Amino acid sequence: MIALLRRDLRLATRAGGGFGLGLVFFLIVVVLVPFGVGPQTAILSQIASGILWVAALLAALLSLDRIFALDHEDGALALLATAPIPLEMVGVAKAVAHWLTTGLPLSIAAPVLGVLLQLQPSAYVFVAATLFLGTPALSMIGTFGAALTVGIRRGGLLLSLLVLPLYVPTLIFGAEAVRRGAQGLDAVTPLLMLAGITAGSFALLPFATAAVLRINLR
Amino acid sequence: MSLWEYANPKRFMGWTAPVLPWVFGVAALFLVTGLVWGFFFTPDDYRQGSTVKIIYLHVPAAFMAINTWIMMLVASLIWLVRRQHVSALAAKAAAPIGLTMTLIALLTGAIWGQPMWGTYWAWDPRLTSFLILFLFYLGYMALWAAIDDPDTAADLTSVLCIVGSVFAVLSRYAVKFWNQGLHQGTSVPLATGGRTVSDVFFVPLAISSVGFILLFIALVLLRTRTEIRRRRVRALHMRESRR
Amino acid sequence: MIPDLGKYAAEVGLAYGVSIVLLAGIIGISWRQSVAQKRALDAVEARRNG
Repeated sequence: MIALLRRDLRLATRAGGGFGLGLVFFLIVVVLVPFGVGPQTAILSQIASGILWVAALLAALLSLDRIFALDHEDGALALLATAPIPLEMVGVAKAVAHWLTTGLPLSIAAPVLGVLLQLQPSAYVFVAATLFLGTPALSMIGTFGAALTVGIRRGGLLLSLLVLPLYVPTLIFGAEAVRRGAQGLDAVTPLLMLAGITAGSFALLPFATAAVLRINLR
Repeated sequence: MSLWEYANPKRFMGWTAPVLPWVFGVAALFLVTGLVWGFFFTPDDYRQGSTVKIIYLHVPAAFMAINTWIMMLVASLIWLVRRQHVSALAAKAAAPIGLTMTLIALLTGAIWGQPMWGTYWAWDPRLTSFLILFLFYLGYMALWAAIDDPDTAADLTSVLCIVGSVFAVLSRYAVKFWNQGLHQGTSVPLATGGRTVSDVFFVPLAISSVGFILLFIALVLLRTRTEIRRRRVRALHMRESRR
Repeated sequence: MIPDLGKYAAEVGLAYGVSIVLLAGIIGISWRQSVAQKRALDAVEARRNG
């Protein structure tokens, strides 16, 4: 499984692998927002944490269809299904690889980009922490979605339609945790819910993902 | 593939054919009675004026929007466990009905909201949850449409329905947390349902609700019959082209 | 006959109108699809048996 993880990471970080693309997309969205809502500090600092979360979510979405598509095209996925490691762990490995190449870098980049959005000083640590806690869930949920649409030609848009509603709870608790934490209010509940969603996703979705992969490989 | 792959679809077509007109008829009876009674023969509400009449549409539609998804969930489970085609096709058939019910609930809710809240849309937890449900229906229908092989489509959409249901429940809690804090009651009097409504409104509401339920049943039966035929046509076409 | 809907006449009317249109829509679409599939099935089966 480590080998699988390393292989996916290598694939993602070489040229054309999409590693930098997610970060650049994140930057572009963050830069676009002030053009859309106006440059006033008062407005930007109010919506900054939400924008960072939404932008991170969209950036994570961007690279989802790559998770299984390449392997499916060249038949490697069928081979993986017969490999000694259970297909459930393949799903986990894919999700972890996706997180290491999108969610984790995004969590680190977010506070930096927060400067552009006049993010409140008290919010920085919460932005990084919630993204760090929540983006693994986005990766696992996204991996499930990618498995669902792996056999569909140009299924990227359908993938987004399926995955985005599933992302809503993570987004709500993540953004709420930042909002409350930055104001000095109690943020324990949303943080716990966020951690719970991540934990629950990794506990349950690998089974759904494996089931779906088997269906698609028939 | 034999004539009808399993006896099940054939038997389904058999018993639904004579029953269907009756279900439609009784549904129409209850719907018309409930709506006419509610529209013409109930008083205005003290606070909400004549807009309370929207309740006879909004509440049953919202109720059916949720129940349709639950029916799809049960049908999906039956398909995955027992491989009964009628079950899978019934879930597929129900989705557009649920979508319509959700849309009616959203639109009547928004129209009702304008005089009550002063705005066509508010991110009230219930309305927001229905908006998310609307997206779930769309995704489910889109997945059915995107996959060629009927059995694969049935399998994938069933898994989506199950996973989606978990997230739908999770979303409900998240949305309540997001707008009003977990332990506050809803201040919006809109979707209180029949319980806290006085009798003069409750009876036509109940009748209208029964009408909606029966209409749903009639439409699911009709649409499932269509799906069975569609599947049969596809199977025969494929056999034709292979000869 | 039409009750005095007062100042909310437009809202109530719109709500009922929208709902009836949508209900008629799903019923109508379902009916049309049913007829179309029946016709297609009859045609294919006629070719098989004929």
